[in-house]
Amino acid sequence: MPLHFELVTPERQVRSEDVHMVVVPGAEGEFGVLEGHAPFMSTIRDGVVQVYKTDGAAAEEIQVRGGFAEVSENGLSVLAEHVET
Amino acid sequence: MASLKELKDRIGSVKSTQKITKAKQMVAAAKLRKAQAAAEAARPYAERLGAVMASLAGKVSGDSAPKLLAGTGSDKRHLLVVVNTDKGLCGGLNANVVKEAKKQAQKLIAEGKDVVFYLVGKKGRAPIKRDYAGSIEKHFDTSTVKNPGFEEAAAVADELIALFEDGKFDVAHLIYPTFQSALVQNPTTTQLIPVPAPEGSESAGDAVVEYEPGEEEILEELLPRYVKTQVFGALLEIGASEQGASMTAMDNATRNAGDLINKLTIQYNRSRQAAITTELIEIIAGAEAL
Repeated sequence: MPLHFELVTPERQVRSEDVHMVVVPGAEGEFGVLEGHAPFMSTIRDGVVQVYKTDGAAAEEIQVRGGFAEVSENGLSVLAEHVET
Repeated sequence: MASLKELKDRIGSVKSTQKITKAKQMVAAAKLRKAQAAAEAARPYAERLGAVMASLAGKVSGDSAPKLLAGTGSDKRHLLVVVNTDKGLCGGLNANVVKEAKKQAQKLIAEGKDVVFYLVGKKGRAPIKRDYAGSIEKHFDTSTVKNPGFEEAAAVADELIALFEDGKFDVAHLIYPTFQSALVQNPTTTQLIPVPAPEGSESAGDAVVEYEPGEEEILEELLPRYVKTQVFGALLEIGASEQGASMTAMDNATRNAGDLINKLTIQYNRSRQAAITTELIEIIAGAEAL
C-alpha cells in the first residue's frame, strides 16, 4: 500500500503523489512515515525531506524550510514555508 | 465650429489614446490569468493550515492559549491594515477599498476606540492621509517588487506581530478587495489579530493525534504562519483584483474612445462636405457672373 504524500508551500502545491516512505526532519528528530502511520503532527526544522518512491529505491531529496508535517488517515502532508527544488 | 485641421488632430489623438487603453486592457487580461492561477495555487496551503488551526485551537484554549489567539484582553486600540494597489488605471478599486477603510474607522471611532492605520500599497496613502493624517502607523512599500509574493507577506506579518507584541494595538483588521470577477471586487474586512478561532472541520473522526513537541508549541509556531498566510492571501486578492478592475476600466475606456472617434468623424465629414459645398457655390456663382 502506498503512502499519499503532499508537499505544499504558500505559493503552490509542490507534490501530490503516492510514495513508499518519506523521511521528514522533525523538530525533535527525523522520522520516517510509512503507510498506516498513526495520526501525528510535528513542526519541522530546516532540512531535507527524503522521498522513497518504492521500497529500496534511492531517495529523492527536497530541501525545505520552516513549517510542519501532519500525518492523518489521508496520508502525510508537509506544509513548508519554502521549498528549494 | 472647430476647423477641419483641429478636428483631424483631435481624431488622431483620441485614436492613439484608444491604442494605449486597448494595449493596457490586453496586458491586464493576460496578467489576470496569471494572478488567478497564483491565487488558485495558494489555496491548498491556506486550507490545510486553516484545518490544522481549527483542530488545534479547539484543544488549546483557555488560559494557556497564546496571546496571538487569545488577544490582549482589551479591544481599545484597533489597527486597520489597508491593502491597496501600487498603480492606478484600475477604475474605482482603490477608492472602494479606501471608502471601506474609512467606514470601518468611523465606526470604531464612534464606539470610542482608537484607530491606527497600517498601509500596504501606494494608492491608499494619499486619500487616507487626507482624513487621518496623524494616525498612520506605517506605510509598507510593495512598489519595489513586481509581484508582491510570500516574502512581502511575511515581512508585513512579522512587523504586525512585532507591533502586537510591543503592545501597540489590541486588534488588527485586514481590509482588502476580494476578487469575484473582472467586474466585481468587493472590499472586505477580516479580523487578523487576535486570530479568530476557525470554525468547523472539527469533525474529522478525531483519532488521537500525537503532537511533537506539544500542542501549545505547535500552535505557537502555527499562529504567525497563519497570519502570514492571511496577509499573503490578501496580496494575491489585490493582485487579481487590480488586473480585473484594470481590464474592465480599460475596456470601458477603449469603448468610449471608439464612440468619441465615431462622433468626431461624423462631425469632420459634415464640415468637410459643407466646405466643399460652399466652394462649389462660389465657383458656380463666379462662372455665372462671367
